[in-house]
Amino acid sequence: MPQASSDTVDRLWRRLVTRVVPLCAVLVLSACATPEGYVARDGINDPYEQRNRNVHAFNKAVDRAVLRPLSRGYDQTVPDEMKVMVNNFAGNLSTPRMVVNNLLQGDFGGAVTNTTRFLLNSTMGFAGLVDVGEIAGVRAVDTDFGETLHVWGVGEGAYLEMPFRGPATQRDAVGRFVDFFTNPLPEALSGTQNDIRIGAQAVDVVGDRARFGQTIDSVLYDSADSYAQSRLIYLQSRRFALGGGGDADYEDPYATGTDPYDDPYEDPYED
Amino acid sequence: MKTDVTRRFTISSLAAGAGLAAFGATLPAPAMAMTRERAKTLVDALVADINGVIASGKSEQAMYTDFERIFARYADVPTIASYALGVDGRRASQAQMREFTTVFQRYISVKYGRRFREFIGGQIEVQEARAVKNFYEVKSLAILRGQAPFEVTFLVSDRSGRDLFFNLFIEGINMLLTERTEIGAMLDRRGGNIDAMIADLRASA
Repeated sequence: MPQASSDTVDRLWRRLVTRVVPLCAVLVLSACATPEGYVARDGINDPYEQRNRNVHAFNKAVDRAVLRPLSRGYDQTVPDEMKVMVNNFAGNLSTPRMVVNNLLQGDFGGAVTNTTRFLLNSTMGFAGLVDVGEIAGVRAVDTDFGETLHVWGVGEGAYLEMPFRGPATQRDAVGRFVDFFTNPLPEALSGTQNDIRIGAQAVDVVGDRARFGQTIDSVLYDSADSYAQSRLIYLQSRRFALGGGGDADYEDPYATGTDPYDDPYEDPYED
Repeated sequence: MKTDVTRRFTISSLAAGAGLAAFGATLPAPAMAMTRERAKTLVDALVADINGVIASGKSEQAMYTDFERIFARYADVPTIASYALGVDGRRASQAQMREFTTVFQRYISVKYGRRFREFIGGQIEVQEARAVKNFYEVKSLAILRGQAPFEVTFLVSDRSGRDLFFNLFIEGINMLLTERTEIGAMLDRRGGNIDAMIADLRASA
């Protein structure tokens, strides 16, 4: 009985968090969508640059000491087929979270696609080890709560470098936090299953570091200023991903004035 | 596939040349406006060359030499280099500018050659071209094994006097902006000394 009631409390709490936190996030972020006017040299809204640089140095030290060596070991010892399976398995586990975000964005087509993939991969794909959806030509409509906020009209806010998680914007930082609660899977799985889920996702972080190893190495260790490079690359690729759904025309209240991102096709022939 | 595109390119350039020669008898050499077809033709040839290199199975160093040749042939390197140097270019002497452009060409070929080397086993397919402002955007798709295809976009113009690309985007990441940040940081590290920055750049490639 106490078990059941604590379960109910747990569920209520999750509901509360999934509904109320986004609302608060929107309120907080709409306040920070208009920054205090600080703009870094690249035209990037980065009022916390000094703090961010300290976090960047920390993240780089963690990468050098732990993540990079682990990913190299992983790359050398794990067979390619198994790497793909780990990646598929972890990806499948994050699909329910994507479906929730598809729905919050009103993207019903995306929700149907991702649900289909989840059902196919969880059954015919041996609990997600094989990406049957991909083989059948059904690609994931990758999304997260940061994108949901974007769709809801929240500006990206200032640039942030998060400990362990790396580059983000204020909007994406809130999104990552909220996404702990948008995944319905932890509620549906048993304790042991959840341990496996968390373990697989941790291994997948190492796998991703291995997969993009050379590119990440070149940004972190070969750039003259790895902080400025990773900031620029993160913002560009994130904005590109968010515009990919035809949202490129959405106005970003932050990106006005002299921001070079206003005009990614800047004309170098103009003097 | 590669030879096919190259042949088409050669034939169409020959045809254009013949056309020009025929006109030349009566008209002053006309400055033909760039067209969507010409932009696409350039990128078709460029991509065919890149695909040729990544399928060649050559050594890493040999590939970088090939990529440098490709950059020199298809890219407006002086414009890209001077954009990367930004306002600091204004206080550079002509000799420094020449030196920088040469070293930059090698640096950019190796750097982007590394990215293209990750495409080994896959290939790039040219999609469509469209006019944007004063130039053309040509989109292509990198199709790699075990990975969702992603966009590689080239911006093409003839304002250097030839049809050349002056910017490229790999999954939305803008080469001009990225290199301006990098060269700017290299200059900062040397207290703004252009010669020292050029020496560092040479050592890095």
